[in-house]
Order: sequence, then structure tokens, then C-alpha cells
Amino acid sequence: MGFYFAQLLTGLANASSLFLIASGLSIIFGVTRIVNFAHGSFYMVGAYIAYTLVSLWSGSIFGFWVSVLLAAMVVGMIGLVIELTILRRIYHAPELFQLVATFGVVLIFQDATLAIWGAEDLLGPRAPGLNSAVRIMGEPIPEYDLALIAIGPVVLLAIWLLFHKTRWGVLVRAATQDREMVGALGVNQAWLFSAAFVLGSFLAGLGGALQIPREAVSLQMDLSIIGEAFVVVVIGGMGSVSGAFVAAVLISVLNAFAILIFPQISIVLPFVIMAIVLIFRPHGLFGKPGSEKGAPEEPDQPLALMDQKSAMVLMAALLVLAISPVFTADFTTVLMVDVMVATLFAVSLHFMMGVGGMVSFGHAAYFGVGAYGAAMAVKFLGFGMIPAMIFGPVCAVLAALFFGWFCVRLSGVYLAMLTLAAAQILWGVTFQWQEFTGGDDGILGVWPAKWASADKVYFYIAFVFCIGGIWALRRAAFSPFGYILRGIRDSQTRAEAIGIDTRFHQWMGFVLAGGFAGLAGVVFAFSKGSVFPDTLGIALSIDGLIMVLLGGIHALAGPILGAGAFVLIEDWVTRLDYWRFIFGAIILIVVLLAPDGIAGGIQRLLRGLKGGRA
Amino acid sequence: MNLIRRTVLGALAAMPLTGLTTGISLAQDTIVLGEVNSYTRLPAFTEPYKKGWQLAVEQINAAGGIDGKQLEVISRDDTGDPATAIRIAEELVSKDGAVLIFGTFLSNIGLAVSDFAKQKEVLFLASEPLSDAIVWSKGNKYTYRLRPSTHMQAAMLAEQAAKLDAVKWATVAPNYAYGQDAVKAFKAELTKLRPDVEFVEEQWPPVFKIDAGSTVRALEAAKPDAIYNVTFGGDLAKFVREGSLRFLFEDRDVASLLTGEPEYLDPLGAEAPTGWIVTGYPSTDIETDEHKAFADAYMEKFGEAPKTGSIVGYNSILAIAAALEKAGSTDTDALLTAMEGLIVESSPTGPFTFRAADHQSTMGAYVGKTGMVDGKPSMVDWAYADGADYLPSEDDAAALRPTE
Repeated sequence: MGFYFAQLLTGLANASSLFLIASGLSIIFGVTRIVNFAHGSFYMVGAYIAYTLVSLWSGSIFGFWVSVLLAAMVVGMIGLVIELTILRRIYHAPELFQLVATFGVVLIFQDATLAIWGAEDLLGPRAPGLNSAVRIMGEPIPEYDLALIAIGPVVLLAIWLLFHKTRWGVLVRAATQDREMVGALGVNQAWLFSAAFVLGSFLAGLGGALQIPREAVSLQMDLSIIGEAFVVVVIGGMGSVSGAFVAAVLISVLNAFAILIFPQISIVLPFVIMAIVLIFRPHGLFGKPGSEKGAPEEPDQPLALMDQKSAMVLMAALLVLAISPVFTADFTTVLMVDVMVATLFAVSLHFMMGVGGMVSFGHAAYFGVGAYGAAMAVKFLGFGMIPAMIFGPVCAVLAALFFGWFCVRLSGVYLAMLTLAAAQILWGVTFQWQEFTGGDDGILGVWPAKWASADKVYFYIAFVFCIGGIWALRRAAFSPFGYILRGIRDSQTRAEAIGIDTRFHQWMGFVLAGGFAGLAGVVFAFSKGSVFPDTLGIALSIDGLIMVLLGGIHALAGPILGAGAFVLIEDWVTRLDYWRFIFGAIILIVVLLAPDGIAGGIQRLLRGLKGGRA
Repeated sequence: MNLIRRTVLGALAAMPLTGLTTGISLAQDTIVLGEVNSYTRLPAFTEPYKKGWQLAVEQINAAGGIDGKQLEVISRDDTGDPATAIRIAEELVSKDGAVLIFGTFLSNIGLAVSDFAKQKEVLFLASEPLSDAIVWSKGNKYTYRLRPSTHMQAAMLAEQAAKLDAVKWATVAPNYAYGQDAVKAFKAELTKLRPDVEFVEEQWPPVFKIDAGSTVRALEAAKPDAIYNVTFGGDLAKFVREGSLRFLFEDRDVASLLTGEPEYLDPLGAEAPTGWIVTGYPSTDIETDEHKAFADAYMEKFGEAPKTGSIVGYNSILAIAAALEKAGSTDTDALLTAMEGLIVESSPTGPFTFRAADHQSTMGAYVGKTGMVDGKPSMVDWAYADGADYLPSEDDAAALRPTE
């Protein structure tokens, strides 16, 4: 009995840590609708600053707690600076575009932290006065765990009081429900947004600072927490702080007990819980309908068909690409294959997000299933290259059929998070099932057939599949099916009213996008010769998302531009020292100059030039 | 819309033209080595490694290079992604004119590059990855590995662990290939030496995401006599802290893989456990002439003590230099012939060879216990374990490899 009680306490202590970071994320999303990737970075920086301050004041109880608070405040100020200089300028950008800016911030913080604090993990002191364990029912429980168990509910209470007993809190809640209305009533939204962002950053910094007595401060802290923090926010319901608390407790306590029975489960447990919750409660445990929507925005301009002249230019450009291997070096063709793969992947994601209106945080799942499908067909079924290249996308279609059926029942960020859960579960299975998928060691030896093994020959295979895929998706966007999808995106109610089965069409849109992502995965697998679980990982899904958003979600050319820019810039900057800083800075500059994405920016530039001439 | 597309696609199509023309002709008096590693993903381990090979290159070039040719290393960051690593390897070979590839830290990247090496027929020296698969189940003609593998290091620990009275063992290892291999090898080797031991509990925390409190409690619940630990880095710090808070290590023996390496031991500071049986690298205490010369030069150049990565980086270049000299050419076939059974006669860790049968070097590791010396964690009672003693016989090892 004592043992299980102690395990419960351990779970609750973890829950408090998780809650602190998730609460800040939830507040920021609730008010500003920003999906803040940089939240993990705030958490990490909070821990580093607290480490420095606590080390200065070694051993003093007062010093420790003051350091923790100071660190959180500094992080709050950093949040303010970021809000004022970057995010404030792009609130009117298309939905989720701010996510790209926070991604740039993540990259910059990673290198800045490395430059300031160095590469080695830093183990701070234990909390003075709370540095040993007490026995409860005969089991040793660290005193600091008990402190954490108390801090979680205290912070929850403080936030509740702030939101319910102060005018500011009332306004924040009002803004969470209806921002337009709050603005119409004469409340200064800009100020409200800044304050909410500062509060959220402060809580992230606090969460990080409070980890000092528990773990070594390391450069992996940012990315290791962010996924779980999102999961907690979504399970609880976007914007619901008490929901985040319940979700944090749920995840942490279940994990504490699950590892007694099935230790390997930790890898995917939060995502499995999230998937289950979302299937039964499409807005999370405490989320309200409508809490998933981003900022209201202008309806999209209808997509226009190309005129004859631009079609000819396009054909000419394709021709140049097609004959490029003749006059470029081997390595360039390899790089171009990477660009084409990334472009097809981004175009397929754009089909889902831009045309279908379904945001995906887990699109890499279908890319990865395609890649693995082909690799396993080669290894286990002895398929040749071309049959495997057909088999891979079929696997991706099947996976998309299965997961898509669940996902299209949701909308907005909840849909996006369910796609992420699906991707993580697939990743976990691939990672874990060593006998079948090779686990982390992946599957090797998936090289093109002998006749296609020269870089230039493979270039043409990739060209046919990728450009063909992009062309097919473009056709689909202008087909009746594409028009229906766009109709559903713009108004689901009206689409239903004219007799369209909206779910079925969205499901098919999901499957189509998944299938073409699988095709990109197949071309990728044969160009690299090996596949690893990374091909299903969050990092790749995020890269795809950044490509689509950075390119401009409202234009069919957007993902093409975004993918090209992303791959080529990355290939170039990784040659430099502190390249993440440079890459992040480039992303921020693009974001600030072109809040409608690269495609939108170029469009405005051209219109400006034309206008100037007229 | 039209204008954009035109511009975009025009730009996209023109990209292959921009400045990327066929391989640069290299000056005849340099030998280019391609190097790729996870510099941004794992700077704590790869920075000392980079310093190590930089020192070796500098020394060799100062002494006149190889047959009068200077060594030049083109080093790139793989960003922690196998696919990027392969693209970079391709560029190093086809554009930069590298005669071979070395480096990598993460096992999956090591495997990806080894498969690339096989496909493109270029020599790859896997410096740091520990995975057994690189030389055994997925070994190939073009890939050699320097660092003592997971199996070797686990066997070194098992040898010491077998001398303990402990019968009931629990294991804790990060849940990926490295952790799984390390547990499997330790179990196999220990059971061979001590058929009476039993393994009563296994914990598999996700790498870099350990829920240390719950893991410690789960281990405690099994009441083992001893614990075998494979966690490292941030996970290790959390595990040690939670474990000592909850008295997990009281009256228990612990055998811990790699924990004696300065990369992992130093960050633990005053909380480093004492009396754990570990493999590692007591960098400042090794008194052989070769090592002293290396350590002094390293201190002089970088102002810090060498770490495990440093010695691996340094030995990588020594091995490559030896191979280049033996081959007398930079031709891949000549290099492959030279690598078979290549003897590196003098290195800071002593002589080692690359076994012809499985391409594993016999570079060893140091086995000892953790202790506190002048308030700093370090290895005590250590001895050098020659890698050759912990490898299966060449015939057995050859049988582990796929037929080519």
C-alpha cells in the first residue's frame, strides 16, 4: 500500500512540473491563439538562468526561492521583448503563421544558450532545506517532491484568482471567448496580448527554474518538454488552465504506474492518452467548442487557373530542371532530389492544410509509412525498386485511411494534435518493434536498382515521381473534388446544406494528401538507401509545416517556394558555425517582411513594382 | 498569381546552375578527409572529439604530413539526422574530393553512413558510434569502427560484476538500440560467467526523458542485489539524484556503462556516486609516455583536460594516417587493403589493431570504480582493458557478419 501511495506522490510531483509549463502555453494560446513552439525554449532558459542565480547564492533557502522567482521574471521579460518586436507585427497573418516565428525563436535560443552556458550539462544544487527524503508509510519521499506537489495547486489557485478576481483576468477570459467583442468594447487588445504572453513566459520560466533541484540543466530541455506540454494543453482543452492541471495529473500518474507493468510504454503514453481523449471528447476534457479556432481571418481568394503565358513559362522552367543534370555536378543532382522530395511533401501537406483546411502536425507519419513500406517490401518481400515504389504509397494510403477517419471528426488545433498523436504512435511502434522494423537501427540497403543507381538516373526517377505528384495534386485542387474541399474549408455548414458529405470528402482529402506524402517518402528512401524512425518523427512534420507556412498557405506556389527555400538555406547555413542562430534569424526576417509567406510577399512586391510603373 | 509562379519556378529551375559546377580540382599536396558528426545535436560529446582530431591533424602536418602531403579535414554538422548525414557524405566525396569519411556519434547515423559507404564504395571509419550492428549484423567491406563497442564495454563490466556476490540484478537502460544492445550483451556475458545470477527487473525510460522518480521506485520494488545502469547524460544525473534521495544505491552494487567517461562523470560534480563499477577514461591520471605527451599537448592547445571524445578523435586521425602510409595511395581499394589488420603501433591508449575479420579496432577502455579525488569525481582503481580480450574470436565474429 505504502509503495503505491509513494508512486502516486511521485506522479503528482511530476504533474506539478508539467502543469507549470502547460498552463503558460494554454494561457498564451487561449488569448493570442499563438501555437508557441518557443515555450520549451522559455522553460530551458528559465532553468539556465536559475542555475546561474542559484549557484551565486549557494546554500541559502531565501536565495534559492528568490533566484527561482527572478529567473521566471527574466524569462517573462524575454517573452515581452519577443512579443513586442516580433509577434505583435504578425497577429494578422494567416492562422498558425506565428508558429513559424516561434520556430525561428527556438533555433536562435538553442545557439544562444550554447554560446552562453556551454555544451556540458549543468547540475545545480538541491533545494536548500528540502534536500533529503522523508518517510511516508515507510517509503522515502523527497521533500522537494512534496514542495512541488504543493506548488502546482498553489499556482493553479493563483491563476484562478487572477482570472476571476481581477479586472485584467476578466478581460483575458473575455478575450479567450471572443476577441472581436472585447476589442469592440474599447479594450486595448495589444496590451492584453502582451500581458498574457508575459504571464505565459513567466510560468514557463518558473517551470524550468523549479527543475533545478531535480535534473541537470541541458540543451535538450526545450525539445524534450514541448511535445508533452502541448499534449497536456490539448487533453485539458485549449485555453483551460484547470483542464491543463487535470491533464498533467492524469498523464504523470498514469505514467508512474504504467512503467511498473510495461516499462516501454513511456515513449508513447501521453500521445495514446491524448488520442483516446480526443476521440471521445473532441475539444479536450474542459475545452469549449470553438476553442480550437485560430484568429478570424479574411476568406481566401479563390485559386486562379494559370493563363497560357505563365503555363509556357512554367513548362520552360520545368524543362531547365529536367536537363539540369547534364550540366551540373553529381552533388547538385543529389541536392535537387532532396529539394523535389521536400517539395512534394510540402505540396501534399499544403493540399491538406491550404485546400482542405485541415492542419496537420503529424504529416511525416505518411511520409514515413511510405518510406518504410517501400523499405520493408524490398527487405522482406524481395520487391524490386519500381514495385516497392508503388507499394510504399499504398501503405501510406492505408494508414491515412485509418487515422484520417478519426482525425476528420475533429477540427482546428484538435485535429492537428490528433494527427500528431497518430504520428507519434506510429513512430513509437516503429521505434520499439525491433524485430520487424529494425527499431532505431532502421532498415539499411534500400538502394535503387542497378540501372538506376547513378545519381543522374535516379534524379530522373525522382523527377517523374515528384513532379508528377505535384502536378496530380494541382489537378486535384482544380477538380470538382478540390472545389468541394475548398467549399467545406470556407463554410462547413453551407457545404452540408447543399448536400455534401463533408466528412467523407475531408477524409478522402486526408487520404490523398497522405498518399502523396508516402510517394515523397518512397523517393526519399531510395535516394538515401536507408530509413530510420526519424522519417516519422515530429521534427520532419514540423519542417513540413514550416515550409508550407513560410511559403505562404494561400497560394499553390507557396509550398514549392517554402520547401525550396527551406532545404537550400539549410544546406547552406549548416556549413557555418552557429548556423541555428543564423537560420532562425533568416526565418524571422522573412516572417517580418512577408507575413503572408514568401508567395504573398513576392506577389505584393510585384504588384508594387507594377503600380509604381503605371 | 501567374507572375509569382513564373518567378518562383524560374528561380527554382535556375538553382542547379548557380555556382555548383563539377568538383574543384584540389592541390596535389593535400589529402582531403571528409568528416561528419552531430556537432549541434550533441555538442557536449562532439566538441572534445573535434578538438582531438584537430590536434592530431596539426601534429601530423607539422611533422611533414603523409608522404609529404598535408592532411585537410572538411568537417560538417549532420544536424542529428541520418538523411542529412548521407547528403553531406555524398557532397564530401563527390564535390570536395574526400578520400574517405570518418566520424559520426549516433548509432543510427553511423549505420546510415556505413550503408552509404558500401553503396558508393568509399572507406568509412566510424569513430564514435557504439552499436554492435556496425561491425557485426550490418557490417560491410567499407566500414571500420574505432571505439570499443557496446558489447566490448558491457563485457568489461560483466567481468567485474561477476566477481560480486550479487545474484539478483535489475537493469535500467534508455529505450533505444544502444540501451537494448547494452543490456543484452551484459546479460549474456554475466550469465556465461555466473550461471546463478537472475535478472529480476528491467526499466526502459525514453532517452533524455526519464521519469527518474518512478523509475527508481520501480527498481527499488524489485529489491535487487545490484543494478546495471546504461542511462547517460541528463538521464544519468536525474537517475543518480533521485536514486540517492530514495536510498536506491544503499548497500547495492552498481555497474554502469560509460559513466567513468569525463563527459558523463564531470557534470555530476559533488553528487557523483562512489564505488560504482564503470567503464570510462581517467584522462588526467594515465601515466604512460604516449598519453602524457598527448594530454600535455591537448592541455596546452585547448586549456582543458582531454575527454573520451578527444581521445577517440585523436586516435581516429592516427588510424587514418597509419592506413594512408601503409596504403601508399589514396585509392579506396588500397586503403581497404591497408585497413585489414592495420596496426597502430603507438597511441595515447596503447597499440591497437583493426581486426580483418570484423573491422573492429582493439582499442580498449578503462575499467574501474567511481570515486572522489580532491572533491572532484574521478575514476579510481582503474586498469586498461585491452579491447582484444573482450571480442569474440575472429572466426566467431566473421560468422556474425552478413555474407557479401
